[in-house]
Formats: sequence, C-alpha cells, structure tokens
Amino acid sequence: MSEQGREYILECEGISKAFGGTQALKNVQLHVKPGEVHALLGENGAGKSTLMKIVIGLYKQDSGTMVFDGKPYQARGPVDAIKSGISMIHQELNPEPHLTIAESIFLKREDHNGIFLNKRRQNERTQKILDEFGFPYPATTLIRDLKLADVQMVEIIRAVSTNAKMIIMDEPTSSLDAQETEHLFRVIRDLKKQGVAIIYISHRMAEIYEICDTVSVFRDGQFIGSSALKDVTNDDLIAMMVGRRVENQFPKVDCPIGDVVFKAEHLSGKGFEDISFEVHAGEILGFSGLVGSGRSETMRAIFGMDPLESGKMYLNGKEFKRKNPGDSISQGVCMVNEDRKNFGLCLFRSIRENTSLPSLPEHQKGVLLNQAREKREVEEVSRTLLLKAASIEHNAFSLSGGNQQKVVIAKWIMAGPKLLIMDEPTRGVDVGAKAEIYTLMSKFAAEGMAIIMVSSELPEVMGMSDRVLVYHEGRINGEFFRKEIISGEVTQEVILSSAFGVA
Amino acid sequence: MASSSRTGQISRQDRIRSLLGQYGIGIVLIIMMIVIAIMEPRFMTPGNIINVATQISINGLLCYGLCLCITTGGIDLTVGAQLALTSCIIGQTMSVLGWPAILSILAGVGVATLFGFIDGVLIAKFNMFPFVVTLSMQLVIRGLSQVITGGRAVMLTNDWFTGIYSSKLAGIPMPIIIFAVVTVIMYLMLHWTKFGRYIFAVGGNVNAAIAAGVSRFWVIVGVYTISGVLAGLASMIYTSKTGSAQSNIGIGYETDAIAAAVLGGTSFAGGIATIPGCVLGIFIIGLIYNGMNMIGVSSYYQSIVKGLIIIGAVMLDMVMNKNKH
Repeated sequence: MSEQGREYILECEGISKAFGGTQALKNVQLHVKPGEVHALLGENGAGKSTLMKIVIGLYKQDSGTMVFDGKPYQARGPVDAIKSGISMIHQELNPEPHLTIAESIFLKREDHNGIFLNKRRQNERTQKILDEFGFPYPATTLIRDLKLADVQMVEIIRAVSTNAKMIIMDEPTSSLDAQETEHLFRVIRDLKKQGVAIIYISHRMAEIYEICDTVSVFRDGQFIGSSALKDVTNDDLIAMMVGRRVENQFPKVDCPIGDVVFKAEHLSGKGFEDISFEVHAGEILGFSGLVGSGRSETMRAIFGMDPLESGKMYLNGKEFKRKNPGDSISQGVCMVNEDRKNFGLCLFRSIRENTSLPSLPEHQKGVLLNQAREKREVEEVSRTLLLKAASIEHNAFSLSGGNQQKVVIAKWIMAGPKLLIMDEPTRGVDVGAKAEIYTLMSKFAAEGMAIIMVSSELPEVMGMSDRVLVYHEGRINGEFFRKEIISGEVTQEVILSSAFGVA
Repeated sequence: MASSSRTGQISRQDRIRSLLGQYGIGIVLIIMMIVIAIMEPRFMTPGNIINVATQISINGLLCYGLCLCITTGGIDLTVGAQLALTSCIIGQTMSVLGWPAILSILAGVGVATLFGFIDGVLIAKFNMFPFVVTLSMQLVIRGLSQVITGGRAVMLTNDWFTGIYSSKLAGIPMPIIIFAVVTVIMYLMLHWTKFGRYIFAVGGNVNAAIAAGVSRFWVIVGVYTISGVLAGLASMIYTSKTGSAQSNIGIGYETDAIAAAVLGGTSFAGGIATIPGCVLGIFIIGLIYNGMNMIGVSSYYQSIVKGLIIIGAVMLDMVMNKNKH
C-alpha cells in the first residue's frame, strides 16, 4: 500500500486483462478519493467498462491489485462487491418489470423471517427510503409501470440503500431528460456530502464539467492521465481521448438546399398532433425537444413502424403511402432507430448480412443472391463510413458501440435513401466516431439527400442542423434557422425554453 | 514456437479453438466412426454406409424443417404426426379409393403442406407461441389420421410406390438421392437467397428485421409451410419403406429431428444455423442408431446413450465456441 493509502477509497494498480488475443487493459491505474465524483473518459472500447467490471468482480484481472477502503480488495462478484461497499448502476438497465419497487431494491438481499420473506417490513423500509429521496411512488408500484427515468432512479436508490461507499454510474443520464438529469445531479451532490465516492462514466462533456471533480482518461486499454477537471479544457480532454485534436466537433458543411423532398401535412398519431413540416434535398432538419415529447413517435409513424391516425405525406411531390417499413424503404425513406440494440442490429450475424439486409431485393440474380456484388458493395460502404472491423464477416457483436452505429448507418446508406431519418444518431457513440458520423451526414446532405436528425443533445442539434424544429408535448413549438444559431441570436436557452413550452 | 510470448500462445490457442469450434461436430462424427469401426469392422463396409445414408433420409428431411423453425425462434412439434397423416392419406386414396400413386402422394404432401401453413398463420398472425400451436396441432393431425383410417393399417401393394424406397438410380438408392437433392435446395435457400437471410434476421432480432423491411408474417408462414412439405416427403419415403399406412407411426420423430438440428449448431436462441451443420447432426444421429445396433447395445440402453451423447456433443460445442459469446 502506498503512503497515500488513507487518502484514497479505491486504488487500482497495474491492472491488466486480456480476452483471448485482445488486450483490453494494459497495466492501468485508478485512484478515487472519498466524496469525489470521478469521471472516467474514453472512447468506446477504451477499457472503462472492463475496468469497472473487474472492480465489481464480474471479471477477474490477469494481473494487478486493488485496495478498497484501506484493505486489499478482490470481489468475487457483484453481490460480493456490494457487501464490500461498491455498487454499480449499469448503462443498460436490466429491471425485472414484474417486480415491485421494494422487491427490486431488496433484490438478492431480501428481508427474511427465517425462510419466509417479510414483505410488509420490506415495503415499509423501502417506503422510508423512497420518502427520503422524495420519490413520488409507493413501494409496491410495479417497475413496468414506471417511466424509464424513474426506473433509473430506482437503480440509484438501490445502490444508495446498500450503504455503498462508492457508486459506479455507467452513462446514468443516457435516458434522462434535462429536468431528470438535474434531479440526478442533486442526488449525486447529496451523496458527495455524505462522503460517498462516485465513478461517473459518460460521453457528455457538459455533464462531466458540471458534476465531476476529477477525471481519468483511458485510450485503447491504457491509462492516459488523471487531472482535476478545473485544470483541463474540453479540447485537452478530447485530445487525450482520441490521441489527436478533433479540429471541429461539428463539421457541418453548408451546401445548396434543393427542392422539397418530403412534406408532412397535419400528421397526428399516438403522442403527437398536427405535425406539418417540409425537408429539402441537401438539408439537415433537426428535431429537438424533451425525451417523450413525441419526436421519435412521429418518426416511427412516418417510417411505418406505428400507425398514423390522420394527415398526409408527400415524397418528391407524390403522395407517400406506406403500410410497413418495407414500403417506406422501397420508396426511399429510411430510418436509423434510436434503439440500436433492439431495432438496429442482429448482433450475432455478420456485418455483411446486417448491412445488406434492407437492400437484398436489389441483390438478387434470379432466385439467388449475387453475394459477390453484395460483398463488394458492403465493403465499399464500410470504407466510406470508416468502419473499424477486421472483416465484414465478423459478428456485429464484436464491434464497439460507435462501430455498431456505423453498421446501422451503412445499411441505410446502402439502401440509397432520398430521406434519411436519424433518431439519436450518436447515442452511446464516442467523441471520435461522433465527429466522423457528423462528417458523413454533411457529405450525404451535400449529395442531395434530405436528412432528419432527432437529437436530445442540444449542441449536436445546434451544430449540425440547417433548421431546428422544437417539440413540446406532441406539437411543434418553435422553428429556428442556422443563421440565427450562428449569429448567436438563438441560444441553447432559447431552444430549451421552447422545448419546455415557456416561449 | 518455444520462444513465443504469452500472447502468442494465447492467440495460437485461440486459433486452434476457433478451428475446433467450426468443425467440432465434424470431429465428433469422425471419432464416433473410428470408435464404432474398431469395435465392429463390418461398420465401415460400403454396404453399411449406404444403409445408414438411406435410413437417415427420413430424419434428415424432418431435421431441415425443424432447423428453419428453430432458427426463427420457434419449433415444429407436428412433424411426427404429419408423418402419420400423410401416410394415411396416401394409403387411403391409393388402396381404398384406387387413385394413381402420384396423385396420392400429391394429396398427402399437399395436406401436410396445408397444416404447416396453418401453423405458420396461427403463429405469425395471432402471435401465439409456436410450442403451444404445434403441440396442439400435433394432436389434431394425429387424431385426423386415426379418423380417416379408423385406426386400421392399410397395406400398399403398388410396386411403383414401394419402389420409391427400394429402387436405385445409377446404383444409388432413391432415398439418398431425394435427401441429397433436398439438401442442396435447402442449402441454397438458407445461405444463398433473400428468404434465407430474412429467416436469420427474424430469428436474430425480429424488431430489427421488421425495421429493415422484412415481413415477419411471410417468413414465419414460409418456414412452417416448408416444414410441412418436408414432413410430407419424409412420410412418402417412410410409407414406401414399410409398405403400409398407419396412424400410429412417427411418434417421437420430432425428438431426433430436433436433436440433429441442435447437434448441427442450430441455436434455440434463434438466428444461428447452417445446413452443412445439420447434415453432420443428421449423420451423427443416424450413426448412433446404426452403430449401437451393430455393436449390440441393448435397445433399452440406446435411448440413454443417445441422450448422453447429444448433451455431451452440445456441451463440447459450447466450450469450443465459448469466445463467440
């Protein structure tokens, strides 16, 4: 143990871990102080998650040692880690939808009377904890009746209720809106005051600056450096993460805007009402608003995933009718879904099969597929998108989040859309890949594609859109133009107030 | 390689493991053949090999149907009953009504196809669980075959029909030829057509498949219909072999077909299967029967051994393919 042993709650030294031939972590370190919010930064695949999984005992390191709370530490599994005082809130929430809040919070450490569960006492104890948090639901509410953000809150409450000395949060705000994020930050500040250390993993730089004290940066399985956040600039951090300077975070290229490609007139459906807009060739039309304000619902309905109650749509001047996504794709309307895992990829099929899936009708030669041409075209589009994969025959599962997203985009580019709807195109994507995706969006727009981008990240919407439409409670509540944004006339605050319905 | 670094060894181990993973079931097959051949030299004679190949054709056809259904995330438990119903329809129309053999076959296979189609519609249109639908339909089909025969066996004396099993083309028994042709068709369909890709997509991630424009309905209806056709063809071979049509045949046949598919790498999680894998699985199941008979394992023990071999082979496959997941 080092001389500073008392100073740190968690010390990891010389941790290495290989999966098969891939070295996921190379001799990395991490030092976390009690009562600090410690950001872990790095691109997807940099090793952050692997290190955290070693800390909570999901993986065992090949070499290296850990000290937690002054004692040598090695968890045999998450339950063991919780007993030692480390809780983790995973990025992909895995709530058991049929459990009550109380059952979920006491999962695997149920309140027993002998061999029987004492449900009543468990409910009472939970209620007390919920009340302390100001969480407005009874302990007997089923998880499936909660909003996603509230499920996230339950996870946090569960972590706190274990009397954790350290809580690991993996992208805790990815499904929260601005208000809910603010609430989470209040909780984090309270925990800090109680001396709880928080490890905070996020790709959102603004949040990291707002809530974190210290940052450790990882790249390619290596520890790059650690610093107090007040001492580093955004650009420094990005340079540390990607190993080079990203010149322009939003490489939007202005290109001539052409004719109307797609026009929606008075669309109404579940979650949205009376939506009318046009999008032109070469235009990137941004949709902003709170999560759940009806943006994604509108897009799903346009694409044919959900029914439309009323309204008309036109594609290149002709009425656009679709019964299902297949109809839309064949007419040139494609959509990158916000939920990559559930609607984007067949993870255990190859990159090639995933990419060509919507375009297969064009690759038929008689009854059989022209696989040679298919392979050529997939390779070509993968190159255009700078996909990092050893071979297009590898499973999509083997790719990092950013590269998986590129496969999703590749498959729609290969389908040759006239209108490409991108719902949260950079969710869960690291900084380097984000910039690449933005560059590609500019390129496709310049080639005459009409692009709709739905995004909850304001900087992204403002940095990439020619025009921004803002949703508030299922209706369009504001329209802003790129020149207003560039001139500074329209700021984040203006768009936010429009999203909240204040303006 | 004595001086190779630690990582070098790991990657070599990985390479070996990945090779074993790809061909693991093939190695199991070869080991089985060697063991049986040592214990019983008659096993490796051309006569016996052709015998095995002829016998496996029935289970082989059923296995392909099961493989497709399992790959979409479902199951078809009707194949055993389908075998009986097609057999009874062929028997009744040919022997009792005096239809020409070819017409009887068309009627029998046609009805099996229709039932496959109905299964598919129930599953795809009404979102019913494949297990429940086919478990119930299997009772309906079995019952129907008893109704149309009154439970009595019908002897078939049509030489052309019984020749389907016993005749040869260029020295190769007809069942092997039928099996080979179907194998080629299934291989092309699953690995070289749009429909095959759609099967993998629906099984791999049905939401993503729909979002990519795949019609879940037609894929599901398609695979159960194909399973029906194949069960009908298998029944034709079976009925020709026994020369009689009975309503109590094919009981438990779905088990062997499922076993062969699973041995061949068909994943119950959906979206993963290969036809060459199925062929290996079909041969392994065939060899277990043939080999145990030749070695003289009592039929009481055969079922136990079969079960254990399947568990062992699948476990071996999982260990070898551990890195894939």
